[in-house]
Amino acid sequence: MRLRSGRSPLAGDAFVPGFGHRDSGLAKAKASPASGLLRAVFVALLLFAGFAHAQAIEPMPFKDHAQELRFQHLTHQLRCPMCQNETLADSNAPIARDLRNQIFQMMQQGKSDEEIKQYLVARYSGFVLYDPPLTARTWLLWFGPLLILLAGAGVVLVAIRRRGRAGSTTITETPTDNGDDW
Amino acid sequence: MSRLFPFIGFMLLVGLFGFGIWWNTQHDPNAIPTPLLNKPAPEFNLPKLYEPAQTVSKADLLGKPYLLNVFASWCIECGVEHPVLTAEGPTLGVALVGYNYKDAPDDAKGWLAKHGNPYDLLIADEPGHTAIDFGVYGAPESFLIDAKGVIRYKHIGPLTPDVMAKELKPAIAAMLKEAP
Repeated sequence: MRLRSGRSPLAGDAFVPGFGHRDSGLAKAKASPASGLLRAVFVALLLFAGFAHAQAIEPMPFKDHAQELRFQHLTHQLRCPMCQNETLADSNAPIARDLRNQIFQMMQQGKSDEEIKQYLVARYSGFVLYDPPLTARTWLLWFGPLLILLAGAGVVLVAIRRRGRAGSTTITETPTDNGDDW
Repeated sequence: MSRLFPFIGFMLLVGLFGFGIWWNTQHDPNAIPTPLLNKPAPEFNLPKLYEPAQTVSKADLLGKPYLLNVFASWCIECGVEHPVLTAEGPTLGVALVGYNYKDAPDDAKGWLAKHGNPYDLLIADEPGHTAIDFGVYGAPESFLIDAKGVIRYKHIGPLTPDVMAKELKPAIAAMLKEAP
């Protein structure tokens, strides 16, 4: 698939030697008349890096700007099934491109965001949703952190109470640290 | 006693992390569970790789079970899977249907000429639209589809001898036992 996803990753790779040259050049840059050239090359590389990123998303014939915003919003909420730490909007994987096209087509057919999400969930499971719905399978995901927080609060409360009680009865008798207060 | 609490907490964390490591050696963390399991396979109508004028639909394949193997010439792991499929495919007891995914037909034919063709039937999905209905997101992927057209098992990633022995063959056996 790397062969097919071509453009942007390949373009990115091509820049790596460029950066390497720049680093080795900077070490002797002070005396070298080439440093100005290097700087120009560096600036050009930065510009092209932005250009390559913009190319990752092909232009689509949106009906209007509102639809384009809706498309961007929706694809940022969905996860690419292949590059699983990327959104559909950002990913350059072939499947992400196909799914973006599919979403675009469905938008032209007047499908709602919810219908499009359902379409994807029916094929790729709840995995594609960055914001998973609250179901029997995901309640631990949603409330797990809260449970851990409550458990921690409980431990702290018990510890404070115990120390308070111990302090009030023993403080006058044993003012030295008994080593028990972790 | 209370001095032991931090230690107990630490050991609980060790246990939790150890479980996480063990779990990830047993499961592919990138594999997405398919919602299509035990549901009818999606409808499709795709051209044959070698005779693009002829198409094959889901209805054409009803009546006997088959293993739908998604592959492509650009897919590196398919090269890992291929010898296993060639060696074990004929012993599986189901037809092997090759699903050429997002591939140029000439590349696919060249790849098969080079590595051998273990498939009983080859269909091609160059645009990859039908693959979305199957929930395919890469290659290789394999679907076991029974005589009624229901997806009985799915594997994401290459079929290894281990996966064949532990998952695919038992799934085929269970399917054939139910409806020989």
